[in-house]
Amino acid sequence: MMHNLSVAGLIKGLKNKDFSSVELTQHYLNRINKSKLNAFISVTEDLALAQANAADLKIAKGDNTLLTGIPYAHKDIFCTKGVKTSAGSKMLDSFISPYDATLSHKFNSENMVMLGKTNMDEFAMGSSNENSYYGPVKNPWNLKKIPGGSSGGSAAAVASRIAPFATGTDTGGSIRQPASLCGITGLKPTYGRISRYGMIAYASSLDQAGPMTQTAEDAAIVLNAMAGFDNKDSTSAPKETPDYTKQLTNSLDGLKIGLPKEFFSSGLDEGTEKVVMNAIKEYELMGAKIQEVSLPNSMHAIPTYYIVAPCECSSNLSRFDGVRYGYRCEDPKDLDDLYLRSRSEGFGKEVKRRIMIGAYALSAGYYDAYYLKAQKVRQLISEDFKKAFQSVDVIMGPVSPTPAFDLGSVKDPVSMYLADIYTLSVNLAGLPGMSIPAGFSKELPVGLQLIGNHWSEELLLNTAHQFQLKTDWHTSSPIEL
Amino acid sequence: MTWETVIGLEIHTQLKTKSKIFSGASTEFGAKANTQACAVDLGFPGVLPVLNKEAVRMALRFGLAVNATINKHSIFARKNYFYPDLPKGYQISQFEIPIVGNGAIDIPLDNGEMKMVGITRAHLEEDAGKSIHDLYDDYTAIDLNRAGTPLLEIVSEPDMSNAKEAVAYAKKIHTLVQYIDICDGNMQEGSFRCDANVSVRRVGEGLGTRAEIKNINSFKFLEKAINLEVERQIDILEDGGSVAQETRLYDSIKNETRSMRSKEEANDYRYFPDPDLLPVVIDDELLKEIKDRLPELPSEKKARFIDNFGLSEYDAENLTSQKAMADYYEIIIDKGADVKLSANWVMGELSASLNKNQIDIQDSPISAPELFNLISRITDNTISGKIAKDVFRLMWDEKRSVDEIIKDQDLEQMTDVGALELVIDEIIAKNLNQVEQFKNGNTKLLGFFVGQVMKATQGKANPKQVNQILNDRLS
Repeated sequence: MMHNLSVAGLIKGLKNKDFSSVELTQHYLNRINKSKLNAFISVTEDLALAQANAADLKIAKGDNTLLTGIPYAHKDIFCTKGVKTSAGSKMLDSFISPYDATLSHKFNSENMVMLGKTNMDEFAMGSSNENSYYGPVKNPWNLKKIPGGSSGGSAAAVASRIAPFATGTDTGGSIRQPASLCGITGLKPTYGRISRYGMIAYASSLDQAGPMTQTAEDAAIVLNAMAGFDNKDSTSAPKETPDYTKQLTNSLDGLKIGLPKEFFSSGLDEGTEKVVMNAIKEYELMGAKIQEVSLPNSMHAIPTYYIVAPCECSSNLSRFDGVRYGYRCEDPKDLDDLYLRSRSEGFGKEVKRRIMIGAYALSAGYYDAYYLKAQKVRQLISEDFKKAFQSVDVIMGPVSPTPAFDLGSVKDPVSMYLADIYTLSVNLAGLPGMSIPAGFSKELPVGLQLIGNHWSEELLLNTAHQFQLKTDWHTSSPIEL
Repeated sequence: MTWETVIGLEIHTQLKTKSKIFSGASTEFGAKANTQACAVDLGFPGVLPVLNKEAVRMALRFGLAVNATINKHSIFARKNYFYPDLPKGYQISQFEIPIVGNGAIDIPLDNGEMKMVGITRAHLEEDAGKSIHDLYDDYTAIDLNRAGTPLLEIVSEPDMSNAKEAVAYAKKIHTLVQYIDICDGNMQEGSFRCDANVSVRRVGEGLGTRAEIKNINSFKFLEKAINLEVERQIDILEDGGSVAQETRLYDSIKNETRSMRSKEEANDYRYFPDPDLLPVVIDDELLKEIKDRLPELPSEKKARFIDNFGLSEYDAENLTSQKAMADYYEIIIDKGADVKLSANWVMGELSASLNKNQIDIQDSPISAPELFNLISRITDNTISGKIAKDVFRLMWDEKRSVDEIIKDQDLEQMTDVGALELVIDEIIAKNLNQVEQFKNGNTKLLGFFVGQVMKATQGKANPKQVNQILNDRLS
């Protein structure tokens, strides 16, 4: 069936006229309609078919690009002109964006087909997708389990083959963790590689978009369409983008892989550790050299992240005030009442918690002890990686300490934060990271995390692709739709 | 008990960029409400700021013009507070590291001396929109056209010790920003607004508690507001009370300052570096380029007027206090007019008429070449200085040329010695009494005779010749 094809396979199919973009799109829309995962907040059926039709015309005229006519699912954090863009929040339930994010614009200009907007933790804050105003997404491998977050809808959609690929954003692991828990390939590129313009900000210095795909090859193809400098985003890098598919076939003979000893300590699920170590053995067979490295400050990543991100979000989310767009409370008495009730009623619990933490940490008298100190530790975390990359090419380890847990089982926010232990330091250091399917623990998928030096996406994709040539974890898909 | 006043000013100058500081929307004043605000200015979800390089260049022009330290690495920070005319819920400003550091400027004092006022810093920031409270009964209207307009906030040291000095400083900055073409200086439209920090202390004591008076938009109001505030603070202290640290508002209609918010009510702005913007990095090449392109500054122009034209410090200061006035004056001098006489005419008759009619010198009904013609008719003895004032009036009112007026009104000086002698002899014959007194030593009476001659000639007699002939006849 065509939904089992990778993006690379679909490109071939469209080229060989095995199917048209309209046929392909209709096929995915049918699957989405049958799906029980709650992976989408909006399904843009009419728009998708119109885009597919336009794509078919382009293809017929030979006026197409590689990705013309390829359907995808867009995380509902990217602004899409004329389409509801909710960020998983009641606050933006009524918000129809008047403009396109740079990423949406790029995809539109290649005549790609947007199937809909995927479910997510509210404003990308969460690790389980349970913080969505639109209800939790279910893990396609076991409907009682969480899919991970915050890009849980995107991960579940790709894993259940109701979308060929999806976009995600990763502020503290929001691409890699759900990719790991749903058994797909997810790439968070170097900070600054993909424009953030039109991507609703959670924590600006950490947010980074990336592809969520079946395979590393697909990730390379999609990254080609996503990456590049944008003069609307001052933090995007004015740096040439290579063709990310070019280095995929390089041999890994002699590749130096570092295993951070801090990533294999207590708290790591046994089955997960086994999957990771088996994957490492696979790399050894390909000629890679394994050595231990140390990231001594990585133990501080959780407190550091949960200061920096809330500080930034407390300011980023101030614009949601009920004045110009979005949710406004009924019959406000006065200005304070308008602010207070619109924000109290419009934001969910976790979002409010992080806004309060951030506002507190930035306030006079606490700034030095929290924000400034966190920035200093952030620097130390960066330096740990810098040192490690003097002796190794790629760092590997687990993505998440456990496979997907039960929906509703983690009630304490701090326990939830602890699940981000292996992913946060990568964002704090601005590095690229990937999760690739590497096996199963308790019949649930487990991802292997690959961390590279700044701008080493080509090497990461090459390293991931070579693993996928030798293994078939990435081709297994759940039965649940 | 004698009191000392300590004043520091914060001046917000709107920079003359075509587009906003962080977006491409136009900064044009007076457009229909909310038509000049794009997604970025409106604070839509997902939008990002991009720094307008022209605003940076303008800030650097100012920094170089006041000999300030330029911070080659400055940071934009977010100032967080909620208000409906602040779309993002924070203002992007500079906090810890502003683009312009320490500088100074000289201001003229009433006694003719100059005083140096320190400039603490100048930083770039975005303006907020406007809240209009009197348009609807139950609502406040918001116009976001102004949101994102670039401002340079210039902060002085607390170096001024009375309202007049504060006004002199504000005027000096007002002149400078127009000289270097970074601000149109239009105070009615809010392009140049002052906040005054005022405190008083007994002579010899440490600094008193200050109050900040916000948003004063004229020099007259600035002077009034400061004087009122000084009076208010001294009254409180003399009654044994203490001044509260607070923000006050000047009401120009009631002519009073009143409390806006106390220190306790002040916002905690939760400043932190804006993660959406990179540090502003200034390299030497850019600085040199901007320095090379700076126009002649008021202080340089003043020095040149003193050196090249031999003007007094007072005249030079006065003439260069407005660029347009200095330009006007230089046109006259370039055509070869007398330096001192021209200075007197520009600062005297012309300035007085302009002020009286509230006309800018650029729009003067008498152009510089026309005033040159008038001054030339004085120096070539065609008319006297006194008659020239009448001619000036007619030129102003009737927009006619100098020579036309002189001819039509028959104002040309009598320079025919024979004719003058006839007039003078007749006056002497009629006033033998005064002649007698004069000869007995009452030389003051010379003025009487000159006056009589002028009266008889309708002011057209050449005063120099009159004096000469009178002296001959009366000795």
